[in-house]
Amino acid sequence: MADSLVDVECRISEGDYVVLKRGDVYKSVQVQTKKKIIFEKQWIFLDAAIGELYGSTFEVDAGGKLGLRKPKNTEDDSTEAKEAGQDNRHIVDDGKSQKLTRDDIESLKGQGMKGQEIIQQLINNSTTFRDKTEFAQEKYIKKKKKKYESKITVLKPTSRILAMMYHGREPGKVCHLRYDTLAQMLTLGNIHAGSKIIVFETCAGLVLGSVMERMGGHGSVIQMYPGGGPVRAGMESFGFPSHFHDTLNEFPLCKVNALLSGTLNVDEKDRDSGKSEEQPAAPSSGGSESQSMEVSTDPAEAKKMEERERLREQRAQEKKVRMEEKRKRLAAAAALLEGRNADGLVIASRFHPCPVLLGLLRFVAPSRPFVVYCQYREPLIECYTKLREQGGAINLKLTDSWLRHYQVLPNRTHPVLLMSGGGGYLLSGITVSADAATSGAPRKTGEPAAKRIKLDD
Amino acid sequence: MSSNLSKHCLRTTFLSNIAANHNCPMSFVEYSELIQEGDVVIIFLGHDSMMPIKVESGAQTQTRYGAIRHSTDLIGRRFGSKVTCSKGGWVYVLHPTPELWTVNLPHRTQILYTTDIANITLMLDLKPGSIVCESGTGSGSLSHAILRTIAPNGHLHTVEFHAQRAEKATEEFRDHKVGHLVTVRNQDVCKEGFGVWGVADAVFLDIPSPWEAIIHAKKAFKRRGGRLCSFSPCIEQVQRTCEALLDHGFEEICTLEVLQRVHDVRSVTLPLPDFGPEGGTDKTKIASDPLPEEVPPSTNPSYSSVTCRTATPPREMAGHTGYLTFATKPRG
Repeated sequence: MADSLVDVECRISEGDYVVLKRGDVYKSVQVQTKKKIIFEKQWIFLDAAIGELYGSTFEVDAGGKLGLRKPKNTEDDSTEAKEAGQDNRHIVDDGKSQKLTRDDIESLKGQGMKGQEIIQQLINNSTTFRDKTEFAQEKYIKKKKKKYESKITVLKPTSRILAMMYHGREPGKVCHLRYDTLAQMLTLGNIHAGSKIIVFETCAGLVLGSVMERMGGHGSVIQMYPGGGPVRAGMESFGFPSHFHDTLNEFPLCKVNALLSGTLNVDEKDRDSGKSEEQPAAPSSGGSESQSMEVSTDPAEAKKMEERERLREQRAQEKKVRMEEKRKRLAAAAALLEGRNADGLVIASRFHPCPVLLGLLRFVAPSRPFVVYCQYREPLIECYTKLREQGGAINLKLTDSWLRHYQVLPNRTHPVLLMSGGGGYLLSGITVSADAATSGAPRKTGEPAAKRIKLDD
Repeated sequence: MSSNLSKHCLRTTFLSNIAANHNCPMSFVEYSELIQEGDVVIIFLGHDSMMPIKVESGAQTQTRYGAIRHSTDLIGRRFGSKVTCSKGGWVYVLHPTPELWTVNLPHRTQILYTTDIANITLMLDLKPGSIVCESGTGSGSLSHAILRTIAPNGHLHTVEFHAQRAEKATEEFRDHKVGHLVTVRNQDVCKEGFGVWGVADAVFLDIPSPWEAIIHAKKAFKRRGGRLCSFSPCIEQVQRTCEALLDHGFEEICTLEVLQRVHDVRSVTLPLPDFGPEGGTDKTKIASDPLPEEVPPSTNPSYSSVTCRTATPPREMAGHTGYLTFATKPRG
């Protein structure tokens, strides 16, 4: 009973952010009626998916419409191989083993024949299929299925799926951050509900979204952003409920120095908004002018003027509200940072990590983990060295990880032939109080470095 | 160092419940600012040297830098402070995290380490509110990481067939103030399952014959399905597990392996080879050389080496922990 109630949330609705999956390829889209989407060289419409359950698999028809597929592998037995060869000593590659021509296949497709049936036709018309070994037959079918069958599964987005999608499709957008490295970041950063986490990323919002997923709408996230505004496309793709967004704050990197030196004034209009403030101010002065001229113009013209004036005022008012909103958000983020008691720091950007890390670490409380991602190792070596010189951080570790997938099949188990060459590097550590040692027994003051003490022992 | 902790644990297990309710005591799922009686703190002694201690007023802990007196050196201090020990050396006191616990916990079994744990957490889609089934509990290394991730409203159902280990784990969860998030069951997962049905979003198996538990895992899942992971050191175990998963209708079966390298950051000095004096007389050489500043390094013996900062991989590293097999339990 309870499960069926919960199932309401498991249904795809219009406006949802979903991930389409075909084979190992993913694509994140928003469900909209009558909207054409290109996925794997196919036009599709998601209309028919609305109201269906997440995880459902659909078949794409000629018009790009989705048809719900009967659950489970009922069709798999039809292509069961009966005969098979022992080895390939008699198989000759003469390019003539397939009796169907390309045109034949195209016309089969044109007739609207199902992928499954086309594959059966290809098998029937292959002179060598029966001589292939059982394994080779299976491989052949699998390859053809990939080409002619177009099953699309609609999934609910998660960090796992989106991280795999970005790494597979657009690694450049996420600084080549591989999903196992993202996994390390979330764990090493001890990201969990109820904490206050600072995130600086230029990974399309994927890292931000992953942090928010792990926090489950409890606690707060402060996104530090470069330039004009934060990038959040990846985070939007998670389709978080609206209360998650209430926990998200943003703060511009260009105001960090002002905040640190205590010269940031959030009440005063900052230079950016000050400039735009002048524009709405102009019409009001124009307004007083038109008032003085009112007598000389005819009533119709005056009414038009008035109307225009009213619209302009309204727009100015809206802008003012937006500015006020922005100012409030800035003040809120500044207040969160000012306590200098954040519970963690996560950095993954295309910028040099060193100044970012040294600057933002000052907002983190002692005994809290931090983690920095960089596609390259050398900038992290510099971070490591600077942190050792400066102090305030311990347990520094520079790591990278190595990921290997396996094909596991009866008698054909081996590592997958192609593996990722690199998933980037991480520097992690724990903050500590920079101030002098506190103790009940301060015998020696101005204690030298730890090394000397170790020698005493 | 782990024996040190267990001594503390034995003495203070029941004291932990008396810890003050006000001022929010430390827990493995919530940060606190100040150290209180009953807290578990991690003493950081130096590079790769740590020990966990349980804070008790009046107690002392010996370290190689001298004694730490809990009442004066720990209670009321801020996590992350530097504490001077009786012999004059100092240590840092750290807030516990599942990751620090993993490298400091008393081993009762072989444990899972952070690299595998991180991937398991991501690939099982764990987040606050997730309901997770785990077996076996072992030393609780993964359990702590799961609890951290699923708090404050998730739950972990963990099954351990070894009675003493199950009891010890229960005690530890209570001590670490995560007892409300976990149920430990002392039973055989291959015969009796997880003790819950139709509730799980994720199932994790780290047992010798996971293929025998797949049927129980299937029953533990919610109707809408979820994610499963099995950890096995040997490929034969993986093979049988994958077959069982396929037989029971699991999808997206995927086996992978992750290894982590920790790089040692240091300066290295590479000597420059001596090619002997260059041909021709010095006068003609200098006259013809368009870049006279390049001459000193090759002629001056004090420039005979180059120093650079680099990071070197370890001489030896963990080459294999286990294969991680993931699968999706479809709606059913």
